[in-house]
Amino acid sequence: MQVFTGVERPESLSRWRSGVRGRRWAAGLGRWGQALRSPLGLVAATLLGLVLLLAIVGPILWGERADAIDTNALSQGSSSEHWLGTDSLGRDIFYRVLVATRLSVALALLATAIGVAAGVLLGAAPWLLGRRAGRFAVATINVAVAFPALLLVLFFAVIFGVGIRGAVLAVGLGMAPYYARVTSTLVAGVSGRDFVAAARTVGLGRTRILLRHILPNIGEPLIVNATLGAGGALLAFAGLSFLGLGVQAPSYDWGLLLNEGLNGIYVSPAGALAPGVTIVLAGLAFNLTGEVVAKKVGLRTANVRTAYSPVPPATGDEAPAAGRPDPSPVLEVEDLHVTVTGPAGPVTPVRGVSFAIGRGEAVGLVGESGSGKSLTALAVAQLIEAPGRVDARRLEFQGTDLVHTRGRAKGIGRLLGTSLGVVFQDPTTSLNPTMRIGRQLGEVVRRHLGKGWGEARARAVDRLRAARVPAPERRAHQYPHEFSGGMRQRAMIAMAMMGDPALIVADEPTTALDVTVQRQVLRLLQEIRAENHVAVLLISHDITVVGQVCDRVLVMYAGRVVEDLPSSELRTAARHPYTRALLAAVPGMKADRDRPLTIIPGRPVDPAHFPPGCAFADRCPLADDHCRAVDPALTDDGSGRRVACWHAGEPLPVVTEEDSVGVGEAS
Amino acid sequence: MTTATATPSALRGAVESPWVGFVLRRLRRLLVSLWVLVTAAFFMIHLIPGDPVRASLGATAPQELVEARREALGLNDPLWQQYTDYLRNLLTGDWGSSMTTDVAVSQIIADRLPATVEIAAYAFVVIMLVALPVGVLMAALTRGGRGRRTELAFTSSSVVVAAIPDFLLAVGLVYTFGVSLGWVPVAGKSTVESYILPVLALALGPMAVLARIVRVEMLTVLDADYIRTARAKRLPARWIYLRHALPNAITTTLTVGGLLLGGLVAGTVLVENVLAWPGLGSTIVSSILSKDYPVVQGIVLVYGVGVLVINLVVDVALALLDPRSAIRES
Repeated sequence: MQVFTGVERPESLSRWRSGVRGRRWAAGLGRWGQALRSPLGLVAATLLGLVLLLAIVGPILWGERADAIDTNALSQGSSSEHWLGTDSLGRDIFYRVLVATRLSVALALLATAIGVAAGVLLGAAPWLLGRRAGRFAVATINVAVAFPALLLVLFFAVIFGVGIRGAVLAVGLGMAPYYARVTSTLVAGVSGRDFVAAARTVGLGRTRILLRHILPNIGEPLIVNATLGAGGALLAFAGLSFLGLGVQAPSYDWGLLLNEGLNGIYVSPAGALAPGVTIVLAGLAFNLTGEVVAKKVGLRTANVRTAYSPVPPATGDEAPAAGRPDPSPVLEVEDLHVTVTGPAGPVTPVRGVSFAIGRGEAVGLVGESGSGKSLTALAVAQLIEAPGRVDARRLEFQGTDLVHTRGRAKGIGRLLGTSLGVVFQDPTTSLNPTMRIGRQLGEVVRRHLGKGWGEARARAVDRLRAARVPAPERRAHQYPHEFSGGMRQRAMIAMAMMGDPALIVADEPTTALDVTVQRQVLRLLQEIRAENHVAVLLISHDITVVGQVCDRVLVMYAGRVVEDLPSSELRTAARHPYTRALLAAVPGMKADRDRPLTIIPGRPVDPAHFPPGCAFADRCPLADDHCRAVDPALTDDGSGRRVACWHAGEPLPVVTEEDSVGVGEAS
Repeated sequence: MTTATATPSALRGAVESPWVGFVLRRLRRLLVSLWVLVTAAFFMIHLIPGDPVRASLGATAPQELVEARREALGLNDPLWQQYTDYLRNLLTGDWGSSMTTDVAVSQIIADRLPATVEIAAYAFVVIMLVALPVGVLMAALTRGGRGRRTELAFTSSSVVVAAIPDFLLAVGLVYTFGVSLGWVPVAGKSTVESYILPVLALALGPMAVLARIVRVEMLTVLDADYIRTARAKRLPARWIYLRHALPNAITTTLTVGGLLLGGLVAGTVLVENVLAWPGLGSTIVSSILSKDYPVVQGIVLVYGVGVLVINLVVDVALALLDPRSAIRES
């Protein structure tokens, strides 16, 4: 059975005060109606309606025929006269099953009502009785819930005796602990809310608050749970009657019919199967209805569908990367496209990125959130998963083609596993909580270099030491939750160095850390790069960080590289208005603190709707009609610096204070 | 959840040895539950309206016999003395004797318990052996919107199977494999084949529930950042599923598994009665019907203790697998 404790979304003070409870119930009913209009809901509602209808009209229409004794047909199989056969007294099983609906359903509903009432009383006790008595009540509930309901039912069946009265009480009280648990959870959730606090300040008594303010607010989840519970009660009752502890002849419900039918299962299987199937269907009717409504009211899980259509053909509108410091680069990327599934179909947030990274070179990739920088990094590391998709004219790592093999070939996994290290943004979630650090690090050696755990461990300790983790032997034995945030990121960096990396891709490695730790981690990256001659691709939204750590900076905007220049020239020779705006948005020590912080007006472009012209035009002070119509290509000026702007390097208009105070976000 | 108000020294103590606190908490809970159980079993007889002995022996039994039986059961003593006697007798192994056959309750339990434990244990093993691999496999096959049809078939079939209560499953199985096909005995405990129906009837429902939970849990875990880290290490898919994902999905799986195991105890009562399995379940029902209260009392105790022990084992296993869960709970 599904526990459903979804309290409604924030209920404001004004809502109860203005006395709109009636309207809210109507809204609640509307949601039930809405839930039951889905295909599954329709099936559930129809089934439930049918069961209830049968319960009402069954005995009226067929009561006599069900009791009619046909001495000529004792214990017969199915025939044209008796569709499902007859029982040992020659009574028609089909009609008996139909007529038994009323008693079965009525008893289940009665038991549920008893269970809910007793449960609510018990569950609200902590609220009414105050702390000490309340804790005792909660403890009692917890003990009772630990035992399966059927055992409680058997227990109560002993006390109340065999028969309908005892069985109803037994099933009802057997369910009570469950509803008590649900109620106390719900009450605890609601009693912390503002409107209850307000009612208490006004001086209302606890009982009054419970009746007037709390119960109405937990009514809906309780009713949903009761609907689910009625299905359970129906099954429990059938079980009791089947055992001979519930309904006694000459009355009969489905459970008793099943009991009688089972004895004659060889002669007339229908006698046992028909009530069995009916019990399942009726139970299902209640359960399905409850679950459909529960889903609608409580668990609104956004189900993002993952379908994608072919990517538009790549447009080679970028100049090939030039000015490589090394003739054989570690990484070469040409016209990279990444397509992922958005809320409204596939989008291509990375559209035609080209760059190269030389041996030992540190390249920074900067841009606002949504510029496509992280997807570019993941694509380079071959970590985009289906249904996401990577296309490129060329994607070579260490001279090995990655785009056409997609890591399927055997050697590729080993190459990437040992030569390409990845450091992720959040070390808290990026390390496996159930594995010791040493084991997580050692895996690479074990898998790709075919060494035993002993050697793998030794290497892990060595790399932890290289990443300046104190007491690495002891640390390798620990779990990630025993590490601090900065230490975890050091462990991640150590993990990236387990093989013999030629390139470390670091995706915002310091964003999740606090400021002092950020510097240490950046310094570590720099030192490692110098010591091991390893290239670094550093993704960051912080242009100053990238400027300090990297040799070269790639500025991304709306899925494209818009400027590529040495970081030493960042302050002096940046030509793209976006780069210049990013730099201007960095507050310096000399910034006038009386003036508002400089920001880039406007918002980043939605990857689902790229404009035809320059994507930055809407936020650019230099933009003209040509910019809005024709997208500028990334062009090389001959010295290795690249820029994609029709007005590259033109002086920016003086920004007045009023202009700079506007909507938008600094990055 | 009182970490906010914990004193520094208490905090330090908890950090130094979270296990001591964990074990103490668990023991306390077990003892409280045991006491509630025993007390409830004791009061069961006293809560029965009227004279339980008269009800048991029937309206026609001579008054002297009723009186003698009341005396023998100690029902004429003051309540508190009965209670202490009851506790003492429980501890010394004297659980009373049947009012109808005079056989010692402990003897009845010793005769009947093994059959029940057998089918429950086999059912649990079958559930785990099937549900874990199926759940993991389904997660792998239906990840990221793939295998839409497989998902639909799996989800709908598991929902239907889980919706059928075990005693009705037993009836269906009896009809299909016993009556129609004649492959296995319909009732009773005899050959190895006779175990098939009770074990299947107990296992099918929980199996479906657990496989669904394993799948959902695996899908969540597979989206976690540390799985991306594992992929960045280019480990083979099987390695990632079994060593990185499964241990993280096992906590919930085991919690639910423990609940299912507790539920199995209840399931045996009904299934045993459908299949005439000579275990505790068929005994307790016949004892309730014949108002043989000492036997009912004894068996209720056995069931209760069984559930408590299962809960304890699950908690300890969870704490060993995921050390954080033991600490977090304080």
